[in-house]
Amino acid sequence: MQRRKGGFAIRCLSALCAVAPLRLYVVFLLCATTAHAWELTGYVATEGRLFWETAAFARQGNEQLSLVFQPELFHEWDDGRQQVVFTPFLRLDSLDNERTHGDIRELSWLVAGESWELRVGVRKVYWGVTESQHLVDILNQTDLIENIDTEDKLGQPMVNVALIRDWGTIDLYYLPYFRERTFPGRRGRLRGPLVVDTDHPLYAAANREYHPDFAIRYSHTIGPFDIGVAHFTGTGREPTLVPVVSGGGDTTLRPRYDTIDQTSIDLQAVVGDWLWKVEAIRRAGQGRAFVAATTGFEYTFVAIGETDIDLGLVGEWLFDDRGEGAPTLFEDDLFAGVRLTLNDPQSTDLLAGVISDLSGDGHLASVEASRRIGDRYRLSVEARLFLSPQADDPIAYPLRRDSLLQLELARYF
Amino acid sequence: MKRLVATVSIVLLFHPLVALAETPEERGLAIAVEADQRDNGWVDSTAELTMILRNRHGQESTRTIRSKSLEVENDGDKRLSIFDNPRDVKGTAMLTFSHKLPPDDQWLYLPALKRVKRISSRNKSGSFMGSEFSFEDLGSQEVEQYTYKYLRDEEVDGRPCFVIERYPVDKYSGYKRQVVWIDQERYQPLKVEYYDRKNAHLKTLTSRGYHQYLGRYWRPDEMEMVNHQNHKSTLLKWKNYRFHIGLTKRDFDRNSLKRAR
Repeated sequence: MQRRKGGFAIRCLSALCAVAPLRLYVVFLLCATTAHAWELTGYVATEGRLFWETAAFARQGNEQLSLVFQPELFHEWDDGRQQVVFTPFLRLDSLDNERTHGDIRELSWLVAGESWELRVGVRKVYWGVTESQHLVDILNQTDLIENIDTEDKLGQPMVNVALIRDWGTIDLYYLPYFRERTFPGRRGRLRGPLVVDTDHPLYAAANREYHPDFAIRYSHTIGPFDIGVAHFTGTGREPTLVPVVSGGGDTTLRPRYDTIDQTSIDLQAVVGDWLWKVEAIRRAGQGRAFVAATTGFEYTFVAIGETDIDLGLVGEWLFDDRGEGAPTLFEDDLFAGVRLTLNDPQSTDLLAGVISDLSGDGHLASVEASRRIGDRYRLSVEARLFLSPQADDPIAYPLRRDSLLQLELARYF
Repeated sequence: MKRLVATVSIVLLFHPLVALAETPEERGLAIAVEADQRDNGWVDSTAELTMILRNRHGQESTRTIRSKSLEVENDGDKRLSIFDNPRDVKGTAMLTFSHKLPPDDQWLYLPALKRVKRISSRNKSGSFMGSEFSFEDLGSQEVEQYTYKYLRDEEVDGRPCFVIERYPVDKYSGYKRQVVWIDQERYQPLKVEYYDRKNAHLKTLTSRGYHQYLGRYWRPDEMEMVNHQNHKSTLLKWKNYRFHIGLTKRDFDRNSLKRAR
């Protein structure tokens, strides 16, 4: 087991090294064509996590300390029509070897024409409009071990052409290489009773992670509406976890990545102080075809009670037609949230929310708050509470003792 | 009542001076239209902005922003603002399509998530980046957004000004009225007093260091907003104004928002 984890770390390292010659080439190319300076920004952060309840499974720890480093090297020339960006990422974690990991979040080149844009390289692309879950957002794999809110993503190699017309933008994507989802290791929290064996994934596609994936997306703004319609064909980012008994009698979960077709729509409308949102997908190829959706609103009270504070209310309904058997936390759930923006010099903000299972009594509550300290630091606090999940809920129940408090101090440069 | 109105009208009609004079409302509108016309035709511009926030104890914090603007004929301007400092918000960008009559269209780009968020922009009375400027104060100023009344002539720092009062048309405005001192030679505001919905004096804006660009367009180097109710203030320092750069509407769409740096 130890050797496998070492293997994983080495793989991350070699992935970084493999890219280095390319980076040097890019540096050389740019130095040759322009005198403009490179811009180096980014952050280093230290993060502490505390799980105050006794772990549900053997060998899991209660405290977790980690260091994060994410610099970003950026350059643009040709009046901003060409850009290159390189964003490596590294986390060192005291508890979970799987969470000690590196990634290339971005290493890409952009050329923008009058009616088109071409992007080549490793990138992160976001699709969607809702807050509580991100169904439509499919191109990048979730870096789940970073945070279970699924908002951290692994860099995705791609070629993307955007055709920009008066009637909307068409984006075409060719995705030549697949990234596997990250999962907690044996000592990590926020997992089920069985550890996911990320070193032995199963693929529906014969050429495994080299199966070429494609996507097309149409997006447009018409008056108060922002609309996006997309189709993805290729290896699904969300694995099915298959229990496998190894030779030694240990049972592990192997992630199986199916070849899927997913059609999606995301729609947002501004009506007065209301934002109305819908995200819906239809996925075929992973079990029976199913439909899932998130829909809701966001309403903002500006400058409440003669202060500068904005108060936003968010309400969303999360639905999956596979019902209780769905391999997701949310099959018929309601999200209610409050967003506070203090509009103070420290840009203090807070988002608190509860997702409640409508057909059970499980709740997932979270509070995220952050505040700038001085000019270069930002302190973020995050708390997640798993409240009374039902014993027959295969995903929420194992997390019942994993409520956590997380503190992060980041220094930006 | 009818008879009184008729009598007054007849008296006015036969009084040569009054009959020719415009009402204070007409005069106020005429000044606003003249100011608007003199500032037409700048096409596009870029500028760099330093925003210094001061609290009541004099403690300061600074933001730097780059701004690109595009004039749109028969409608409000398009503007892209890109934040450089503080570092934790670097790369955040805001795209605004102003309209002659609200609401505006507004999107925010969050670089950490690579996400473009639509913002509900009906209520523009909220603070911009924690400053004493509201979105309304910084938005594109269109003649149609107010009704007007000329008050008097008065000097500001030795420069003769028209003093006009203007009343926001938008019922979601944070103000009941504004009093504006407009430089009679350059047709630019030197001072604006903002009165809140309860008609209490809320803020005063002073614009200094006007320079002329392209032999026509006047822009201030500094704009200082003082809030009389919370005793905080914000100083905007503008530099590197450029015009006629050749920006197009493609520089102000959601694709460009995502690659704004």
